[in-house]
Amino acid sequence: MGEFSKESCPSVKNILLLDSEGKRVAVKYFSDDWSSNASKLAFEKSVFTKTLKTNARSEAEITLFDGYIVVYKFVQDLHFFVTAGDDENELIIANVLQGFSDSVGLLLRGDVEKRTALENLDLILLCIDEIVDGGIILETDANTIAGKVATNAVDGSAPFSEQTISQALATAREHLARSLLK
Amino acid sequence: MAQPYMKKDDDDEDVEYSPFYGIEKGAVLQEARAFHDPQLDARKCSQVITKLLYLLNQGETFTKVEATEVFFAVTKLFQSKDAGLRRLVYLMIKELSPSSDEVIIVTSSLMKDMNSKTDMYRANAIRVLCRIIDGTLLTQIERYLKQAIVDKNPVVASAALVSGIHLLQANPEIVKRWSNEVQEAVQSRFALVQFHGLALLHQIRQNDRLAISKMVSGLTRGSVRSPLAQCLLIRYTSQVIRESSMNTQTSDRPFFDYLESCLRHKSEMVILEAARKIAEMDVTSRELAPAITVLQLFLSSSKPVLRFAAVRTLNKVAMTRPLAVTNCNVDLESLMSDQNRSIATLAITTLLKTGNESSVDRLMKQITNFMSDIADEFKIVVVEAIRSLCLKFPLKYRSMMNFLSNSLREEGGFEYKKAIVDSIVTLISEIPDAKEIGLLYLCEFIEDCEFTYLSSQILHLLGNEGPRTSDPSRYIRYIYNRVILENATVRASAVSTLAKFGALVDALKPRIFVLLRRCLFDTDDEVRDRATLYLQTLDGEVAVGSTEKDVKEFLFGSFDVPLANLEASLKTYEPSEEPFDISLVSREVKSQPLQEKKAPGKKPPAGAPAPAPVPAVDAYQKILSSIPEFSGFGRLFKSSEPVELTEAETEYAINVVKHIYSSHVVLQYNCTNTIPEQLLENVTVYVDATDAEEFSEVCSKPLRSLPYDSPGQIFVAFEKPEHVPATGKFSNVLKFIVKEVDTSTGEVDEDGVEDEYQIEDLEIVSADYMLRVAVSNFRNAWENMDPESERVDEYGLGVRESLAEAVSAVISILGMQPCEGTEVVPKNARSHTCLLSGVFIGDAKVLVRLSFGLSGPKEVAMKLAVRSDDPEVSDKIHEIVASG
Repeated sequence: MGEFSKESCPSVKNILLLDSEGKRVAVKYFSDDWSSNASKLAFEKSVFTKTLKTNARSEAEITLFDGYIVVYKFVQDLHFFVTAGDDENELIIANVLQGFSDSVGLLLRGDVEKRTALENLDLILLCIDEIVDGGIILETDANTIAGKVATNAVDGSAPFSEQTISQALATAREHLARSLLK
Repeated sequence: MAQPYMKKDDDDEDVEYSPFYGIEKGAVLQEARAFHDPQLDARKCSQVITKLLYLLNQGETFTKVEATEVFFAVTKLFQSKDAGLRRLVYLMIKELSPSSDEVIIVTSSLMKDMNSKTDMYRANAIRVLCRIIDGTLLTQIERYLKQAIVDKNPVVASAALVSGIHLLQANPEIVKRWSNEVQEAVQSRFALVQFHGLALLHQIRQNDRLAISKMVSGLTRGSVRSPLAQCLLIRYTSQVIRESSMNTQTSDRPFFDYLESCLRHKSEMVILEAARKIAEMDVTSRELAPAITVLQLFLSSSKPVLRFAAVRTLNKVAMTRPLAVTNCNVDLESLMSDQNRSIATLAITTLLKTGNESSVDRLMKQITNFMSDIADEFKIVVVEAIRSLCLKFPLKYRSMMNFLSNSLREEGGFEYKKAIVDSIVTLISEIPDAKEIGLLYLCEFIEDCEFTYLSSQILHLLGNEGPRTSDPSRYIRYIYNRVILENATVRASAVSTLAKFGALVDALKPRIFVLLRRCLFDTDDEVRDRATLYLQTLDGEVAVGSTEKDVKEFLFGSFDVPLANLEASLKTYEPSEEPFDISLVSREVKSQPLQEKKAPGKKPPAGAPAPAPVPAVDAYQKILSSIPEFSGFGRLFKSSEPVELTEAETEYAINVVKHIYSSHVVLQYNCTNTIPEQLLENVTVYVDATDAEEFSEVCSKPLRSLPYDSPGQIFVAFEKPEHVPATGKFSNVLKFIVKEVDTSTGEVDEDGVEDEYQIEDLEIVSADYMLRVAVSNFRNAWENMDPESERVDEYGLGVRESLAEAVSAVISILGMQPCEGTEVVPKNARSHTCLLSGVFIGDAKVLVRLSFGLSGPKEVAMKLAVRSDDPEVSDKIHEIVASG
């Protein structure tokens, strides 16, 4: 994992999607701060318990601990987190979080809950892959992110740039329907 | 991609449904064989990859063999035309991070995708390939990457730029060749391409200040549109300002104007970035005000993240410039009840920094309500803020002490309790009025304290402070309770504390004896030993020293030998007939930080070990005592730092170390011959002491020969009146016989020529007679000195560059150790108090309290108060300052 000069470029340390018991749905770490799976799990556990009692449903919330800022938002039984170093611009990180949770919402057709998320885990993982690359923010606009992911998940697709977002959503919906019918 | 085969019955509500329920690594690896199928089922393959990714995501690891197998299987999937599957293949390859010999297998497939007509393939193939390749392979695809950077599709361009940022770490020379393309990308009409381009361009040029400055001044004129890119530009601009402010003041204006204009940007993240950077800079109050204003607006935002960001920034500003933040106090007070506890805590600690004396009571009341429902780590922050507030407004100690003692009674972990105890201890030592009440609070606390460390610490403090209070007897009960109730460590501490009361308060002595005798039956060795020792010594039956004062000093005196010096001395001590003598250990505190400050900019390379604080004095003592002529001089009092007597890179490099004895001074000249063609013989230093009337030369130890590059020492000893800090100026001439050396054969010419070499003068100043010895608690030490020895006078120091400059000048004249960090003068301070301690020749402890004040522009006045073991020394200090 490349550790580039932190001062000059905003960077994300990890993106976490946990369920309402703190279990992993999908996580991605971009920093060497957590070297083992055990330390990652420990971090997830403490983030989860520290934020559990807060109300992060209508607006994203934020907390500072262990030298990290963590911006988070809860939707149904899913907990979205984005972590960065404590000298990072909070609003940039909040922007990443919003891109993440909104694009997941688009990809899951608004049916944002653990079960659907797991059924579409490939979309969630691709979604994270489109938001941050090695700690550097790639894209934060939810429509664009969802567009990229959805296009990819469809057989023989046209390039995403030629698709409108409604088409992208239609394909996402189709994808979901297919997976349910199967 | 659902996995219906695992689906539970819908009516089975108890078991949580998951498509991955019961998934097993072995089975999934089996399923991965489907990748080898000649007729690929894209959907099936996607499902299997998703399962593999799921396993990895849950923390499952593959063995080397498994990973290789999966990798090879996955490479087969490049045959499929299914875009969704391809996308998962990319993800999988990144997750597996293949070894370099495996990489070769996918390189051609990925390179094909890199040149595909589909943008998505191009972008992703670039990201994957750049993640896994090494330098040699990179040169092969460099051409494509350069093209990709200027690709008309923004996703492709961004992919190449971001990959460039990652690649720069390992292959800087390759990525630097892309400058032109990257510069073009910075001008892109796509927001994110601009952002990634700017980030990479900055990284490429980061070591070239001029280039950065040019880049910034070009861009601040307004071609950057994306908020993220704006944030970057703000960072780079403030960096340029920071670096240029070291050189010139004039050229910053346009840069600063740019930062200020960003405060009016429509994007909140840009405004925040700009406000934060301005707040970090050393700007005037007027320049700071607009930044504070926008932050104040953020405080009442409906978004918690925005409120948090604003209050966090204001908190930082309040640390150094509390006045700038006072305007926000009303908004901050309303944030104390914020749902988000991080925000509330930050608001409180900010208020504690900006608050004025009249609002303290109200604040404390509000905080009390708040404390019950926050976590320990927040409480510690609050406690620390209260401590500094209390030091700022000592008159308000009552309500704050009250608050702290209430907090001690509540539930809390060790760190929290320790923070409170530390705060109370600080307040006790800084605010005399708070002492008794504080000690009682601590006594109450140890009655029910589960932390051995804290109990011992408090007992130690009680032993030092308790006997000197108005009613020492009130503490005895608390202390003796510890002997009855606690574990061995605490019991032993309590015994020592009791003994201190016995030693210092005669009225309590008989009763303390009764208590100590009871301790003789303790189950623990240490406790019994201590009790026995104290009973014997306090009784005066066993003579450790000759007088009672010695006994007290021996048992309860402060330990003023720096531990690092003691450690170093013990290490060099060789077991012999002669016992280790602690009085020979240097008392001098080596002032590392000061030396570091003298060389700004050049930091020592990271990882280089800091010079060990081994006292050079020890080494000197050894050399000097081995010279018979000097053996009668007694104990070495002090050795100075080496003073250079020649310019750098001259023929002979010479420095001198001044060794001070009570009635002698030895000058040690360290000489190095830097000319390979010369051998010096019979080297002496002729010292002219006519300008140093009180000194008379007693002996000189010349150097027989001084070959090239092997340093030697010459010693010259002087006699001077005993204990008198005689000063004077010495001029030095190096005299020697020089002989030619044939550098090729090493042969030395028989005939030498007499020659001499003028070296610089040397002075012995008053500071040479002063040892820098720190005291741990200046106030206590000051109060323990005889007030009769105090001498106070005022001095005008004339026009000075700054208060700080005046302070450091006086410190260096006296050569004393600044205490409690008082050598640092806060910026813009109009007055300052500096505390110094030291030991003057004749082993007289000296404490100095310097109060500086600015009268008129740059006119510095100083009040000097000295206390010392010897009133004559106090007078001497004034003489030194008066003549300095």
